[in-house]
Amino acid sequence: MTTHAPQATQTVTLPASLDEAVAALGAMPAAVPVAGGTDLMSAVNKGLLRPSGLVGLGRISELRGWHYQDGHALLGAGLTHARMGRPDFAALIPALAASARAAGPPQIRNAGTLGGNIASAAPTGDALPVLAALEAELVIAGPDGARREIPVSHLLAGREMLEPAELIGFIRVPLLHAPQVFLKATGRTGPGRATASVAIVLDPARRGVRCAVGAIAPMPLRPLEAERWIASLIDWDGERGLAPDALAAFGEYVAAACIPDQPPLADGGEAPPLPPAVLHLRRTVAALARRALGRALS
Amino acid sequence: MSNDAATATHTALTIPPVDGPGAEPPVLGIGASLPPADARAKTEGTFPYAADLWAEGLLWAAVLRSPHPHARILSIDTTGAAEMPGVRAVVTHEDVPGDGAYGRRVVDRPVFASELVRHHGEPIAAVAADHPDTARLAAAAIVVEYDVLEPVTDPEKAFAAEPLHPDGNLIRHIPLRYGDPDITGDVIVEGLYRIGRQDPAPIGAEAGLAVPRPDGGVEIYTASTDPHTDRDLAAACFGLEPDRVKIVVTGVPGATGDREDPGFQLPLGLLALRTGCPVKLAATREESFLGHAHRHPTLLRYRHHADAEGRLVKVEAQVLLDAGAYADASSESLAAAVAFACGPYVVPHAFIEGWAVRTNNPPSGHVRGEGAMQVCAAYEGQMDKLATKLGIDPAELRLRNSLSTGDILPTGQTVTCPAPVAELLRAVRDVPLPALPKDSPEDDWLLPGGPEGAGEPGAVRRGVGYALGMVHMLGAEGTDEVSTATVRVHNGVATVICAAVETGQGFSTLARQVVQETLGIEEVHVAAVDTDQPPAGPSTHGRHTWVSAGAVERAAKMVRTQLLQPLAHKFGMSTELLQITDGKITSYDGVLSTTVTEAMDGKELWATAQCRPHPTEPLDESGQGDAFVGLAFCAIRAVVDVDIELGSIRVVEMAVAQDVGRILNPSQLATRIEAGITQGIGAALSENLRTTRGVIRHPDLTGYALPTSLDAPDIRIVKLVEERDVVAPFGAKPASAVPVVTSPAAVAAAVRAATGRPINRLPIRPQAAVAATNS
Repeated sequence: MTTHAPQATQTVTLPASLDEAVAALGAMPAAVPVAGGTDLMSAVNKGLLRPSGLVGLGRISELRGWHYQDGHALLGAGLTHARMGRPDFAALIPALAASARAAGPPQIRNAGTLGGNIASAAPTGDALPVLAALEAELVIAGPDGARREIPVSHLLAGREMLEPAELIGFIRVPLLHAPQVFLKATGRTGPGRATASVAIVLDPARRGVRCAVGAIAPMPLRPLEAERWIASLIDWDGERGLAPDALAAFGEYVAAACIPDQPPLADGGEAPPLPPAVLHLRRTVAALARRALGRALS
Repeated sequence: MSNDAATATHTALTIPPVDGPGAEPPVLGIGASLPPADARAKTEGTFPYAADLWAEGLLWAAVLRSPHPHARILSIDTTGAAEMPGVRAVVTHEDVPGDGAYGRRVVDRPVFASELVRHHGEPIAAVAADHPDTARLAAAAIVVEYDVLEPVTDPEKAFAAEPLHPDGNLIRHIPLRYGDPDITGDVIVEGLYRIGRQDPAPIGAEAGLAVPRPDGGVEIYTASTDPHTDRDLAAACFGLEPDRVKIVVTGVPGATGDREDPGFQLPLGLLALRTGCPVKLAATREESFLGHAHRHPTLLRYRHHADAEGRLVKVEAQVLLDAGAYADASSESLAAAVAFACGPYVVPHAFIEGWAVRTNNPPSGHVRGEGAMQVCAAYEGQMDKLATKLGIDPAELRLRNSLSTGDILPTGQTVTCPAPVAELLRAVRDVPLPALPKDSPEDDWLLPGGPEGAGEPGAVRRGVGYALGMVHMLGAEGTDEVSTATVRVHNGVATVICAAVETGQGFSTLARQVVQETLGIEEVHVAAVDTDQPPAGPSTHGRHTWVSAGAVERAAKMVRTQLLQPLAHKFGMSTELLQITDGKITSYDGVLSTTVTEAMDGKELWATAQCRPHPTEPLDESGQGDAFVGLAFCAIRAVVDVDIELGSIRVVEMAVAQDVGRILNPSQLATRIEAGITQGIGAALSENLRTTRGVIRHPDLTGYALPTSLDAPDIRIVKLVEERDVVAPFGAKPASAVPVVTSPAAVAAAVRAATGRPINRLPIRPQAAVAATNS
C-alpha cells in the first residue's frame, strides 16, 4: 500500500476577508492560520507541527494596511516587517519601524507579519517590547463578526488567551507624536536574534516615559518604577534633556529591575553573586536603556 | 562555514601586478583569470546537486539517530516501524552484511550503534519508505530502550574515565622534545587558551541517491570529496568486492571538511541493496549538524621564554584536542597542532605535549586548517603577551623571531621551501590603515551591531592586531599522495579525466588552464568524477592544486610529445623547438606552420600520468621527523571596531599578505583567500556549535551564527609573494587553508589592542570584549 495519497490530503483555504477566515477556522477547528509562515513553516520542517489544514491569511487585504481611529492607528495584523520599516510608517510609530527593520534579513522581513510576531510570542520577537511600551491593544475577531479588545501584555503573559476560531485582526497603537527608540544587541553585525532589546517611548501628553525590555524573559518586561522616577526628572515643558549621570542611573535602575540580584539565602547568609554571563546581560540592558533614553531625549 | 564557490566579497584591492607594469594578463592558460565553467549554471540554479536527483520508483530513507550522547542500548524494536504502510525496509546493525565498523582513517566507528551510543546523533537504524514523511515517521516509531550513561564531555577527564571505546580514550599522544629542557628565558609569559567547535556548515546539506545494480552491486550518487576511500569502506560494509560499488560524484555544495558523512551514505546503500529500489535521502540541516565532523575543540596551555630583546628561547606547551567519540582525522590534526605549536618563528628549544582524546561530544575531524588554526590562536596570543611584557611593538617582536628558508622546525625538519615570513609581515604592517570613520559622514559608519543596531560611536574603540600563520600542504607523515590523470585530445577538443573532486576549490578550472597552457587548445572539458576512474585522493590540504594538477600537466605533456614527435621527426628537429599557440604549431624558425587539427589528422590522442610528491615520514616518539611535503605562510593585519560597553565586535578590514609560490589564476586565488578569511572570522566571532552535557543545543543556522555579508570585512590582498616552490608542480602553493588558520588569531589580537582584555577564548564572547569606558 502506498502512503502518497493520505500525505497529500491537507486542506488549504484562502479566505478574502477577516470574517471569512474566522468562519473557516470555526468550520475546521484543527486548521492552523498562517500569515508569513516564517515561524510556522520552520516548526513544520522540524517535524514539531503537522497541521491537517491551513487557513492562509495572505489574501485578506484589510489586514495588510492601517487606518486611524481617535488618535490611534489601527494596524492590520498582516502588515509585514518590510512595510513597517518604510519611512511613512516610521514617521507614525518610529520604534515599531526600527524594530521591523532590525527583525531579520530581507527575506524574513518581506514575509513575516506583525500579527505573526505576536501570535508566535517568541521571547526574541522584536516588535513585542515596542508594543508593550506603547501599551498596544489587540482587536480580536471572533465568530459572527464579534470583536473584543485585550491588551497585548495580557496575551503575552498568558492572562488572556485566544479562544478557538479567534484571530488577531488589528493592533491599536496610540499616536504619541514624540520620539521613540528601539535598540537591540545581537551576536553579530548581520541580522541575528536579540540577546537583549529595549524600547523607549515618550508620552509628553501624559508626561510619561514607557520602557520595555525584550529577549531576556519569556515576555517583555516593564520597569514601572524606573519609568515613573525618570519621568519625574524630565522637564517636560522645557529642553527635556537629562544629565549623563541621570541617564546612566536610569539604565542601572532598569537593568536591576529586570535582572534582580539573587535573593538572600534562607539562613540569612549573603546572596550568591550572579553568574558572569547574567552580569554581562545586565550590563547590556543598562547600556541599551541608557542609550535609548539618551537618543529619545536628544 | 563555506561560502566557497565563486562568491567574491568586496575586495578592496585587486591582485597587485606581478610582472611589472604594462604586462597584459593572459586570457588562457596559467596566469589567466579563467572563470569556472559551471559558474553560470550555479548562478542560474540549473547546476545539479545530489538533492536534485531523481530515479523512477525511488524510495526515501530516514535515519534514526540517538538523542543521548552516551547510553547503552538494551533493545531495538523495529516491528512497529516495519508494519507501517508504505515502509519497505528497516535496517539496524544486524542487517550489515559486511564489516560492522568503518573509518576513513581508523576503523573504529560502527555503521549503526549496536550496544553503545557514543555521541548525540549517532545512527541506530534506517528506514526506506515510499514517502519522505512516512520514512521519518517510521524512524520515529522504532522503539529503542536505552540505559542512559553519564557522558564524558570534559576532555581533561577523558584520561581517567572508563574507556568509551575498546581502543581506549587516548587516540594519540605526541611528546615533542627539541633542545634543552632546562634552559629558561629572561622573560616568561603563560597563557591558557580555549578554541570552540566550528562546523564546516556547508551551504548544501548532505544528500544522496543509491541505485542497485543488476549484478548485485550498488551505485551511490553523492557529493563525496574522497570517492575511492568512500567506495572501499562502503564495499567492506556491504560485504561486496570494491568493483561492485561505484560512487558517482555529483555537484559539491560547499566543502571545507570531509564530505559526505558515511553515516548516511552507508544506510542508503544498504537500503538500496535490501529493497532492490533506488533510495534517496536529503538531510535536514539538523541531521547535517549531528552527522558530519567538526573542528576539534582545543584546550592549550603555553609558556613562552624569551630574552630581554624579545628573541624566543623556549616554548613549552600542552595541546589537548577533543576528538569526540571516534578517531577520524584526529591523529593528523594532532600532528599539525604539535608540529606548528610554535608558529612561523625560530624557536631553539621546544617541548610540546599533544593529546587527542575520545569524549561523548560531537565527532571531530578534518576541517580546513585543522590543528594549525587552534595553535595559531594560542601562539599569537603568547606573542602579544610577550610584546606587552617587554614593551616591544607586536609587529617588531614577530619580525625579530620570524622563520625563513633554511631554519629548522621543532620537529627537526628543515624548511626547504620559500618562507618569506618577514616580507609578508612588513607588507601588511606598512600598508596605510583604513580611514577612521570620524573622517567620513557618520551615516557611512557601519558600527558593531549593524546598521539598525545599538552601537554608539562614543563607546567604540578601534584596535589593530597582527598574526602570522603557517600550515602544511598535502597529507603528512608518510601518506601516499599520488594522483592519476588522463588527457584526451580529439577534433581539437581536450578532455581531462581525473578523479579529483571539484569542491569549489577550483581544480576543474585549473585543469583546463594547465591543458590550455601545455597544448595550446582553448576548448578543454573536465569529465565528471566516479570511482571507475583511477584514484586521485581526498580533496583536502590543497592536494589537487599540487598533485592532481601536476598529473594533468604530465599527461598533457605526454600528449604534446605524441602530437609533435612525428612532425619533429619529419623536419629533423627536437619537439622542444616546436610550439603550440592558438591551435597552431610553429617551429622556432617559422619554417614549419600547421594547425593542431591538421597534425592530428583525425587521430585521437590519449595519455595517462601520475604525480607523486617526495615521500614524508611519521613523527617519531619524540615528535621528530620530516613529516611535511610543503608549508604555506600568511600574515594578516586585522582592524576591528569594538563597542566596549556591549562587547560587540565588527571587523573593519583584513589586510593579508600570502606566500603563494606562483599565481595560477588571479581571480580564483583572491576568492580562495577571501573565503578563507571569512571562515576564520566566523571562528573568531560567532561560530561555535555549543553542547550541554554532550547534546548539541541549536543544530540550526539560527543558533549557529555564520558570518553574513555585513560581518565580512573589506579584505585587502596587499601582497602575494611569488617565490616558486621548486618541488611543487608550477611552483604554486595551495592557498585556501592558511588564511583560515591565521585570521582568527589576527582578529583576537586586534580585539586585545582595542580593549586591553586578554582574549584567550575563541569565538570571542561579548563579555570578554567589555572594557571600562573612561580610558
